[in-house]
Amino acid sequence: MAVEAEHLKSIPYFSGLGSSELQAIGRLVFERSADRNELIVLEGDPADAVYFVVSGAVKAFKTSAEGKEQILCILRPGESFNDVPVFDGGPNPASAVAMSQVTLYGISKADMEALLREHPNIAINIIRVLAERVRHFVSMVEDLSFRHVTGRVAKLLLEYATNHRTMGEETGARPRLTQQDMAAMVGTAREVVGRSLKALEEEGAIRMDRHRIVIADKEILEEIGGVAA
Amino acid sequence: MPEMRTVDPKLCNGCGLCVAVCVCNGWLLVDNVATVVESEECRYCTDCEAVCPTGAISCPYEIVITEYYEYRETIIE
Repeated sequence: MAVEAEHLKSIPYFSGLGSSELQAIGRLVFERSADRNELIVLEGDPADAVYFVVSGAVKAFKTSAEGKEQILCILRPGESFNDVPVFDGGPNPASAVAMSQVTLYGISKADMEALLREHPNIAINIIRVLAERVRHFVSMVEDLSFRHVTGRVAKLLLEYATNHRTMGEETGARPRLTQQDMAAMVGTAREVVGRSLKALEEEGAIRMDRHRIVIADKEILEEIGGVAA
Repeated sequence: MPEMRTVDPKLCNGCGLCVAVCVCNGWLLVDNVATVVESEECRYCTDCEAVCPTGAISCPYEIVITEYYEYRETIIE
């Protein structure tokens, strides 16, 4: 099914291309949809196509041997995934799951190779996209000297803990933190904060109770945070 | 549960991703701006905050110490 050139313009891969190039690409693109929680690609499987999110959101993640999930990134409309295995011929390095009803455009591996041979200026856009991704993952690798970040998150939680005894006595607003706030304060990515909180919960240091983070064992949290009791 | 989710309408670009990912109908687009719908079913997964491309949505946490430590500190004092 040929896709309208107009729909391809907002995709960074195809940014700045002329209408004849976009039409050529449109003839090769196929559409695919996925329901919420549907697995789109599985880590380790051979890759058949590169995908672009048209609507909805997709979560890219890796799963450890123990079943722990590390979110790599969230892909929004215009963004691509599964590019790496299509270009290097290896298996999918990560899985991707639909976070909502999702519409995707896909280009098969063979068609992508042919596209690059016939329209080599697409390669500059692809290099830019992949370079940004490398930068993101280099930063994440640095953060995933994991204990450091979990320790910083633990220390942050201790600093911001609210004592129930003083609730109502103080007139000042109790501090509230989003995961994005925590990420900025400890110098990491939101995804790594999420994993740190899960790890602290598994250690029994905290309990996630909807909109509250409850410090369940202050001593464990102090130990992880490297804070003297 | 008190409603903690907020949206900054100045940052919201009306993309609707929050509505799409929410499993408890906790979001609505009103005049192309994301609007919180109070929902007892909200499990505070914070996927809405995660997918928002502009940082318009906030799902803040209160960080509290359990009553056990409050009691123990009282005894020590």
